[in-house]
Amino acid sequence: MVFVDAFPKTSKLVRSQFLVAFVALALGALFGIVQALHRTGVLRVISSADYYTILTGHGVLLALVFTTFFIAGLFAWAVTDSLERELPQRLAWGAFWTMLVGTVLAAVAIVGGLIGAPSILGHALKADVLFTFYPPMKAHPLFYVGAALIIVGSWVAGAAYFKSLWRWRSDNPDSRIPLRTFMVVTTMLMWYVSTVGVAVEVVAFLIPWSLGLVSEVDPLLTRTLFWYFGHPVVYFWLMPAYLVWYTVLPKLAGGRLLSDPLARVVFVLFLLLSTPVGFHHQYVDPGIPEGFKFIAMTNTMFLLLPSLLTAFTVVASMEHGARQRGGEGYFGWLRSLPWGNPAFAGCALAGLMFAAGGFSGMINAGMNINYLIHNTLWVPGHFHLTVGTAFALTAMAISYWLVPQLTGTRLRQRTTAVAQPYVWFVGMALMSNAMHRAGLAGIPRRTAEPTYDEFAFRAVGGSVAEMRLQIAVGGLLLFVGAAMFLWVMAATWLAHRGGQLSVNSDIPEPLSGPEHSPRVLDNYRLWTAIALLLIVIAYGPPLLGMIQNGLFAPGSPPIPV
Amino acid sequence: MHVHRFEKVWLGAALLLIVGFIATIAYGTVGVGVAMVDDSGGTIDAQAVANGETGTGFDDPGVVRQSEDHYVVYVVARQFQFVPGSGDDPIRIPADTRVTFRVTSADVMHGFSVAGTNINTMVIPGQVAELTTRFDEPGTYGLVCHEYCGAAHHTMGGSIEVVPQSEYDYEEVTN
Repeated sequence: MVFVDAFPKTSKLVRSQFLVAFVALALGALFGIVQALHRTGVLRVISSADYYTILTGHGVLLALVFTTFFIAGLFAWAVTDSLERELPQRLAWGAFWTMLVGTVLAAVAIVGGLIGAPSILGHALKADVLFTFYPPMKAHPLFYVGAALIIVGSWVAGAAYFKSLWRWRSDNPDSRIPLRTFMVVTTMLMWYVSTVGVAVEVVAFLIPWSLGLVSEVDPLLTRTLFWYFGHPVVYFWLMPAYLVWYTVLPKLAGGRLLSDPLARVVFVLFLLLSTPVGFHHQYVDPGIPEGFKFIAMTNTMFLLLPSLLTAFTVVASMEHGARQRGGEGYFGWLRSLPWGNPAFAGCALAGLMFAAGGFSGMINAGMNINYLIHNTLWVPGHFHLTVGTAFALTAMAISYWLVPQLTGTRLRQRTTAVAQPYVWFVGMALMSNAMHRAGLAGIPRRTAEPTYDEFAFRAVGGSVAEMRLQIAVGGLLLFVGAAMFLWVMAATWLAHRGGQLSVNSDIPEPLSGPEHSPRVLDNYRLWTAIALLLIVIAYGPPLLGMIQNGLFAPGSPPIPV
Repeated sequence: MHVHRFEKVWLGAALLLIVGFIATIAYGTVGVGVAMVDDSGGTIDAQAVANGETGTGFDDPGVVRQSEDHYVVYVVARQFQFVPGSGDDPIRIPADTRVTFRVTSADVMHGFSVAGTNINTMVIPGQVAELTTRFDEPGTYGLVCHEYCGAAHHTMGGSIEVVPQSEYDYEEVTN
């Protein structure tokens, strides 16, 4: 039975969440192409001062709104489908509306900066503070309130999954938690633990400070609270992609997942190690002793382990699928994979790009070589591979498989859908390789005009002009790729129901099932306790050091953008 | 729990890679002496920096000759310039001597990065970033603010002129 017929209520919820996600994707992609063409000097339709408003919109809409809504939808599907029961509707819809109100408030504050900034509540309606909103640069209070509501909404969404699991548990006291629900719950536990940092930053410090109730905040402390959340959020994006790669991709390849127990181990490792790594974003920050940076570095390096294990399992599962389809030889099996199926091709290409992103991430994590590339164009080069491809391309690819099940309509515009992942892949290959190389030349990120009066950048291999061209062409292809995806979605969504769906929603059993995994893996209390302990070790002493001279000192008054 | 032989080999190799990375970084720190930016610069009142009332070298930022082989450069970053560094006031230092940069902010968060090198630090209001280096090759190096600091962030650059010791004008700097 198709998902929409089996679970009509949750289907409607997932459709609503995807709709918001896709609107955010459309706007975010539009802002993205404006930036890429502006920064490379190809086409300029905005002023360089407005570039930062566009950049803020691009970051918030894609990294926060698109991801959070899509994940909320994907998780709602995963929990409902694997536990075979509708989600608690009131909680789930409460989460949706909370997140939506937050999104609208933040969006109004950002867009206000483009249309001449009227004053609301005694503050100029502007929020070009970028996705990281470092104080003492101050946005309109609505921006912070909106960001807080998006986070709180995601917490409520998680509560709906937990409630569903508890109900299932009382009906099935002795069964193992189904893998997809296990992954969702582990991810949400990690999310609860890690969002505490940004919640404290925004609610306890930035909202009162932006309203003028508190005169100063400590920029280093608030920045540290941000990065406490700022790296785990990356895993909040990646773990849903892993959920897809572990549970659906092997089936799309024509086979089965190799090992359910190892998939659980990988997710538990993420829960344990995701949070105590945030200081690696602060390697070049003054005010933090070297020893704490070293601890974060070792944790970060061990966090490579679950991703390396994933690389093995996903590739091995694809190979298994290819051999089921008659593939042979050491590498010959690659030809037997269904490269013409957009859902498969998108996930596989996303995984391939993630390998490249993983390697540049290893460089970022290296405490000493990080100095060469910190805050250069290398960094957006890196996260456009991880978030912008591993997550985003997987989300688009799985939509080709999932949306027909949510709407009951066949995938339309199939030719466009088949080509779309390849367009994205080529666009990203051009843009991100040029960004990485530009970073090595020292060209900074987050700037509207990367040329200076005082000196010129020297490229190592190739030229700065050639890199610029690659970024512009790559950005254009990515914009076209996003438009192709949205076109396919719109056509599918609006099509009339009828006929056979071409997708098959069954997910085959893994080769090695949950019965082979130790029961302790399902002990969430234990893992959460160890995760908290590791965080106390990594964050306790440095945070104490920062607040020794007072929570608000050394303080900075707000400086409006 | 069943773990396939290939999976075990992969797991072992992954762990080896990770431990190898940590070992090279530990060697870089302990053996080669690659120093991190840390809390050695101490804290400072950002508003006092803005008003020039800190009672430190930041009140009259520039190059200070500490000893024959050691120069300290006080730099104040503010919207949207480095003082010294930006425009026609480059940071001028002799080649092949020990140079300590002490950098702080008078307003928002900035970056301080010498293009194409690993001289790179965040400039956080209330904190003094301190890093020591040595320029072997004379020449002009580009200075970049790499953290978004406001609407004219893209104009915030500067330069460092490294002059051969024989040509360096010692009179120019404070002793």
